[in-house]
Amino acid sequence: MEKFTTHRGVGAPLKQSNVDTDQIIPAVYLKRITKTGFEDALFAGWRRNPDFVLNRPEYRGASVLVAGADFGTGSSREHAVWALRDYGFKAVISSRFADIFRGNSGKQGLLAAQVEQSDVELLWKLMAEQPGVEIEVDLESRTVTCGAVSVPFQIDEYTRWRLMEGLDDIGLTLQHEADIEAYEGTRPGFKPTTLPART
Amino acid sequence: MTSTETTAPRTLAEKVWADHLVRQGEAGRPDLLYIDLHLLHEVTSPQAFEGLRLAGRGLRRTDLTIATEDHNTPTEDIFSTIADETSRKQIETLRENCEEFGVRLHSLGDAEQGIVHVVGPQLGLTQPGMTVVCGDSHTSTHGAFGALAFGIGTSEVEHVMATQTLPLAPFKTMAITVEGTLKPGVSSKDIILAVIAKIGTGGGQGYVLEYRGSAIRALSMEARMTMCNMSIEAGARAGMIAPDETTFDYVRGRPHAPQGEDWDAAVAYWRTLRTDEGAQFDREVVIDADELEPFVTWGTNPGQGVPLSRAVPNPEEAGDDNAQDAARRALEYMGLEAGTLMKEIPVDTVFLGSCTNSRIEDLRAAAEILRGRSKAESVRMMVVPGSARVRLQAEAEGLDRVFTDFGADWRFAGCSMCLGMNPDQLAPGERCASTSNRNFEGRQGKGGRTHLVSPVVAAATAVRGTLSAPSDLEPVA
Repeated sequence: MEKFTTHRGVGAPLKQSNVDTDQIIPAVYLKRITKTGFEDALFAGWRRNPDFVLNRPEYRGASVLVAGADFGTGSSREHAVWALRDYGFKAVISSRFADIFRGNSGKQGLLAAQVEQSDVELLWKLMAEQPGVEIEVDLESRTVTCGAVSVPFQIDEYTRWRLMEGLDDIGLTLQHEADIEAYEGTRPGFKPTTLPART
Repeated sequence: MTSTETTAPRTLAEKVWADHLVRQGEAGRPDLLYIDLHLLHEVTSPQAFEGLRLAGRGLRRTDLTIATEDHNTPTEDIFSTIADETSRKQIETLRENCEEFGVRLHSLGDAEQGIVHVVGPQLGLTQPGMTVVCGDSHTSTHGAFGALAFGIGTSEVEHVMATQTLPLAPFKTMAITVEGTLKPGVSSKDIILAVIAKIGTGGGQGYVLEYRGSAIRALSMEARMTMCNMSIEAGARAGMIAPDETTFDYVRGRPHAPQGEDWDAAVAYWRTLRTDEGAQFDREVVIDADELEPFVTWGTNPGQGVPLSRAVPNPEEAGDDNAQDAARRALEYMGLEAGTLMKEIPVDTVFLGSCTNSRIEDLRAAAEILRGRSKAESVRMMVVPGSARVRLQAEAEGLDRVFTDFGADWRFAGCSMCLGMNPDQLAPGERCASTSNRNFEGRQGKGGRTHLVSPVVAAATAVRGTLSAPSDLEPVA
């Protein structure tokens, strides 16, 4: 995973709450067995509408998405994060993220920055006044800046550290393999196993 | 949730958490938790297997891992080659990966194949006090046994494959207390839809929900699974119900249930898995079971629901500007007008199935309504059992005949029209009463319109052709 410190890019306003993962990437695109190449699938249903925000020329190349509350609800599909990432988004800003989506983002280097709803609306207003305006997200200082306005965002300390260091979770966990083995030695004998199969 | 205070009164979720602690997180780092059971299916696993291969890692505990084919599988003809090339490729990839890594797989045509959240409990692999994960948000289903069970993304699937653990930040706890007695025709599906309408689709974020109270105690295991299944629709990662005699009776004798002395040791442990007197929840919500009616959604998220006896609500009354916008958008998508009585809404399709409501009790409850009645001509009805085993059992009980005599399609097991990854989809504008869990735009097919309902409401709707409760039906002559 690449290290993430700051990113500056065109902001795109998605003025809706409850943007669920079926909207971010419809199920029909989940049949692929690769981990990349999902850019065409992002918001596939909505992108058929020529007026959809990402189809407008001023938001071409947008890399910071500013969305309504409860972004990423629904399915656990990490494909939603892959689609945002492959399209070119580096950060999503919202006042509330679904837990699984937020976790998935942190694994893939996509910054899920949580701000107050009033700050989301402030950013929407700035983007409406100056369509295509750039937004900067600074993970070091945990701020979102648009023009002269700066607002703080929240992210859990562990995810922030991992993103800034570009660390892979599995590698970190395997440093504690001795603890895993020790725990396995204490598991009760009545716990089920899938093998040998009984039916 | 703190796992260190073992002497203070603890909630059920805190106990299960503490019993799986491999390593306590230091300095704001997450705890490392052991995973007792990892369920796999074809959609969210291929990239995880690929990750293992690229890193030269093995799958640590194949004996705590099991796979089934469900999301993509056809439900009409399971014996021919799958027509959709990408679906076929995904299923073939699962088969190759399971072969290569030594994972037990139940494939199409196998008696144990079916929806992953139906298969685990049915085999007795889901037991109280376990940690259960799967790359599927409806893993919350298994919480009905007093397990801590939650959905994970594909990176986490790979992590569990490689380490049999997950780094997790502690959850908060929320008690959902449901006291009283459900009226006839009201089911656990109606309770959970009412809970979601009350706390909202984001209300459970960061929480593990514990369902408790006399109305929950009175539910069967399968009804409890329906409730826990939809915890994710309230934004919660997991829902749990303390195990009791109902739970033990359900587990006893299943293929992977403990036997002999192991059974006694297991039950002794399981009996400790209840929230202690005086334990504190971070939030409490109370629901009066006596007041509940059959519930139905009108919008495009599961929180947009009302009692079936009511009308489509007015967006002006939906709360703040954002909620009003969302409600207006939902009505436009759903092709509905505020003020229309829910029971006057005609549907084109009735779908009985999904990990929420496709178990034998769901099929029995629906069949009970349909027996001796005939289907509204304008409606098509599809019945998709949750597993091949459920299908066999239903056939042994003659339920398949009830469905086919009524005019419904009797299908093979899988996720089917819940998410339309296989050919079972709604056409644009088609309206469906569905026993599944998500009424998102396009979920059941591009442009499809979904109303979430219980199995008996689905059945009554198939009889009348408009959204209906069993109490709306004429008695069978």
